[in-house]
Amino acid sequence: MSEASAHALEHHEPVTSTGIPNKKVLMWAFLGSDCMFFGTLISTHLIYRKISATVGGNFLDIRDVFDIELTSFSTFILLASSLFMALAVSAIHKGNLKSTRWMLLGTIVFGAIFLACQVYEFTHFVHAPGNELTLSTYRGEPHVFGSTFYVLTGTHGTHVAIGVFWLLGWLAYSFTGKMSTVHALDVEICGLYWHFVDIVWIIIFPVIYLMEYAM
Amino acid sequence: MATESIKYVAPDTENKVKTKVFPRPGQHTTGLVDWLTTIDHKKIGLMYGLTALFFLIIGGIEALLIRSQLWDHNMTVLTNREYNQMFTMHGTTMVFLVIMPLSAAFFNVIMPLQIGARDVAFPRMNTLSLWCFFAGGIILNLSWFFTGGSPAIGWFGYAPLTDTRFAEVIGDMGPDFWVFSLQILGVASLLASFNFITTIINMRAPGMTMMRIPVFTWMTLIVSFLIILAFPAITIALVELMFDRTYGTNFFDFLEGGKPHLWQHLFWIFGHPEVYILILPAMGIVSEVIPVFSRKPLFGYGLIVFSGAIIGFMGFAVWSHHMFTTGMGVVATSAFAMLTMLIAIPTGVKIFNWIGTMWGGRIRFDTPMLFALGFITMFMIGGFTGIMHSSVPIDAQHQDSYFVVAHFHYVLIGGALFGLFCGFYFWLPKMTGRMMNEKLGKFVFTLMFIGFNLTFFPMHYLGMIGQPRRTHTYNEGHGFETWNQIATIGAFILGVGIVIGIYQFVNSFFNKKLKPAGKNPWDARTLEWTLSSPVKEYNFARTPIIKARDQAWENTYGPKDIQSEKEPLDDHGVHMPDRSWWPLVTALGLFGMCLGMLFHRTIDPSGELVRDYTFAILGGVVMVTGIIMWALEGPGGYHLFPKEDEE
Repeated sequence: MSEASAHALEHHEPVTSTGIPNKKVLMWAFLGSDCMFFGTLISTHLIYRKISATVGGNFLDIRDVFDIELTSFSTFILLASSLFMALAVSAIHKGNLKSTRWMLLGTIVFGAIFLACQVYEFTHFVHAPGNELTLSTYRGEPHVFGSTFYVLTGTHGTHVAIGVFWLLGWLAYSFTGKMSTVHALDVEICGLYWHFVDIVWIIIFPVIYLMEYAM
Repeated sequence: MATESIKYVAPDTENKVKTKVFPRPGQHTTGLVDWLTTIDHKKIGLMYGLTALFFLIIGGIEALLIRSQLWDHNMTVLTNREYNQMFTMHGTTMVFLVIMPLSAAFFNVIMPLQIGARDVAFPRMNTLSLWCFFAGGIILNLSWFFTGGSPAIGWFGYAPLTDTRFAEVIGDMGPDFWVFSLQILGVASLLASFNFITTIINMRAPGMTMMRIPVFTWMTLIVSFLIILAFPAITIALVELMFDRTYGTNFFDFLEGGKPHLWQHLFWIFGHPEVYILILPAMGIVSEVIPVFSRKPLFGYGLIVFSGAIIGFMGFAVWSHHMFTTGMGVVATSAFAMLTMLIAIPTGVKIFNWIGTMWGGRIRFDTPMLFALGFITMFMIGGFTGIMHSSVPIDAQHQDSYFVVAHFHYVLIGGALFGLFCGFYFWLPKMTGRMMNEKLGKFVFTLMFIGFNLTFFPMHYLGMIGQPRRTHTYNEGHGFETWNQIATIGAFILGVGIVIGIYQFVNSFFNKKLKPAGKNPWDARTLEWTLSSPVKEYNFARTPIIKARDQAWENTYGPKDIQSEKEPLDDHGVHMPDRSWWPLVTALGLFGMCLGMLFHRTIDPSGELVRDYTFAILGGVVMVTGIIMWALEGPGGYHLFPKEDEE
């Protein structure tokens, strides 16, 4: 490779008009858009929670189904995973590959625990004896709570799962020997996504779960 | 694109990282492989444009069938169900497969040239948008061949028309195709918009400040923001509908607690910004054309830009004027009526700005200018009837009548389509390097203008005397016949005009006898006109340094100190990103996944519902593989070494 072209090919991030890397602008634009995705889902849930508040003539008390201790635990786990993510970004900026690896692993494991809790939660809700909450019914009666609840939290879970696979990709890549501070930006963008998914949960948890206990 | 200018190719850049499945196409790829793997924004734009013109013909045929059915009372050209399918497919096709991709074609081809960029920020993602658009278009039109045929639910897909239990045909798959196709088209639009936003914000040439970028680029930016904020609402509504239809959830199922009204809200929260997504690009084009053919700078640039932004912003606060008759209550209805009236102000400001630009100018009536003038006048008529509809009592009278059909066709054909044709006549010489026949162009305009007005002006009257829209026929004795016949004749004239226009566009790519265009045939004002026609694949051999708003104009007529300069030639050449197969593979995977989901349900002999996800998962695996390989191959690249004066 001629020296000139080698130099140019190494130019990963071109100079931009704002000084912010292109990939970061892209991710922020995506997150802005993603806010609207979750906004629509959360609104749907809240609207129906208000106008379809009864089931079979009785007030729908979803606390009979919810397992708030478990959800609080998984909330804590998801929030804690953000710390690992931040540390992973910091480590790769410093070029500390070993630390990056461990912190990525921590994020992945905590993300996976959160997902496992969600799978457990969903399975239990569907089969809760006497209080079955399915996609279309509650206690055997047609209701819309299951629809909005599962689709909303399921969409969030899908986001977490995508994040876990993305991080797994980085973890695998870190063993190829090609990973260096050049990739700090990419890991940081992955981190932006991860933190965003956490923030969405910070909204979902009080609005969907805790509010049921305040009534 | 010409590559004669390459005097030297860096030796190692052809030696790509070879993957075992597909070798990455190299620098000198030509023919089909080049078109399938290209990352050049100009070629992508061209493919968007030509495909959209193809769909324009399909959607036009659907419209002509509708018009034939309405020729006389109790006609039997179409049955009522076929009629419903026609207007559903006509609406969906024209909005998602014609006007939006035509706008995307101009965004792709023109916007990077206007800001002095060599490509968009993410060239491979741009290709993915294109293929997703293809996949969506194919899925929508595949619906003709399966159970129930095409959707018969209107382009708005109101619940409970989409409920499986109300289907006219058992196991009707039409709405499923509609749902999946719109979701893929949503992916295409979102990806393209992220790309355009990043490009405009980040890849402007030195000196190209935000208040110097051409109005068309401004409108691209605003429309991209509208898309990324409005499409999520419809995407989620479609996801909810998909769950309703596939897994029996109750989102819009009024028998089990769902509210069809919610669908209308979610649809129009997307649907109204969508109206501006369709019209703002055309406004951008017209704002470029009118100054050029009036030989005056655009009057009130700042005002046009800000009124565009205000239209975009307020576009999110007026959606319920589509739902005045649903009974939202007095407060909501009045608030939306008032906001709707307010939004007429920035729109009016733009019209006065265009008139102000022409005022005292030396106006040349070339074809692009004729279409621009057609745009202003026709769009104004559509705008006036729009203001009428913002008044709730009048809207209640017009609701579901042909008056509404007249209104939005004045905005969408007289507005958007005239604006886009104006763009074709204006910018196609830049893409092909050849001028089009002026006489034929003017003939096309005349046909379209007369045909369009013959078709849609009588509809105002038909609506006033009570002809309902979305109804496949009418009885004798209402006095609808005459005006319907005039409308049908007009529709065929409009159709002939459009077909000749499309012929002229396509012909200009192949007909070597046409006059060469040269760099700046219209004596135009913006940066793209400083480049040769057709534009070289690297766009700018040397990045320009911008000193003024109408840079091409100032370079010819302006004082020395505001003429643009150029950065020196780089010794390591112009870095070009490599072509890639993976966007195509990823889109194919997504396409397969949607087909898999569409056909995953079968009823076994005992009447049990069997779900088989094999094909969907297979599609998903292909998609994920595509994404992973895409990430691993990296942007790649090779270098071109243009001489100083080649651009």
